[in-house]
Amino acid sequence: MMKRDECLKVLARHRTDEIVVAVYSAAQEWLHISPSDLNYTFVGAMGQGSSHGLGLALGRPDKRVVVLDGDGSLLMNLGSLITIAHAAPLNLLHCVCENGTYETNGSVPIPRSGQFSFSSLAMEAGYRRSYEFNDLEDWEEQIDHILKEPGPVFASLRLEPGESYPEDFRRLYDLEFREKFRQALARS
Amino acid sequence: MSDEVTSLKADLIIREIKRAGIRFIVALPDRTTSEHLLKPLFQDPDLQVVQVCKEDEGVSICSGLYSAGERALLLMQHTGLLDSINALRGIAMEGSNPVCMMVGLLNKEPGIPPTQSNRYSLRIVEPVLDAIQIEHYLIETSEETDKIAPAIEAAYEKAAPVVFLIGKEPS
Repeated sequence: MMKRDECLKVLARHRTDEIVVAVYSAAQEWLHISPSDLNYTFVGAMGQGSSHGLGLALGRPDKRVVVLDGDGSLLMNLGSLITIAHAAPLNLLHCVCENGTYETNGSVPIPRSGQFSFSSLAMEAGYRRSYEFNDLEDWEEQIDHILKEPGPVFASLRLEPGESYPEDFRRLYDLEFREKFRQALARS
Repeated sequence: MSDEVTSLKADLIIREIKRAGIRFIVALPDRTTSEHLLKPLFQDPDLQVVQVCKEDEGVSICSGLYSAGERALLLMQHTGLLDSINALRGIAMEGSNPVCMMVGLLNKEPGIPPTQSNRYSLRIVEPVLDAIQIEHYLIETSEETDKIAPAIEAAYEKAAPVVFLIGKEPS
């Protein structure tokens, strides 16, 4: 099991110009760990991060898109695994931050927590590669390669909460930042 | 009565979609539009069709494409529209995304306005769209296809969603 903020710091160290779509707890922390106008957090409804990421990946095939999904979120939109595999964007890395709970909604466990494998579901759906990470060193060792390999690639990140970060819902959802994202992406 | 007034030609709908600068069709099949609209769209070299498993995915994919600078049209049945109300609330309306939707009204009675249909699921479509403040147009004749491109242009200008209700099977 990895501390979430430490896991995100590894990704941040290897980030160059990737678009990062992040949801809920991971999004709150990611905005502090890797601030950028290319952070997209405007998903609007639970479960929709992977689908926004697919739209971005299809619209900008020249840019790598990384989705930091939640496990409860992905359960709400499991069909998106099939949709993404069928669309087969080469530039999409879909990570699920797997903590086994609906953390933002009272830390209630997700159904069948720990008894099934998201990475197996992704592989079966038709993603090109699928990984599971429990260990920070393995993640650090592989991330550079994973960020470069043809997608769609899936990575399950087994996490527990680490350091806490201040929440900033305005940065997460305000349209001002969505417009900044659009402009930054148009420039890049 | 002229053909323009009585029939609904799929090629005119496709022409309007292209005139509005749409490059992506995000779709679930619907009996009203599958045969003469969706199937030809699959074959069209100017358009990329993205098949989805659920309609709310489509709302998000269209929004991601908008942020990436591309225009998209979401094709679905009215039951899928009703199933996507929360996505339309949070993503299209509160998120100010110009999600353009073409919605087949399955089993709509010819010549009868949807609000006067015998079918509950059809009667409620326009009132539901009014309640969530989404602009909508009923398209039942070839003549009415002229509304499509300007309404899509306006949607992108306002960054607001729009719905085209397809009231009969195009030919």
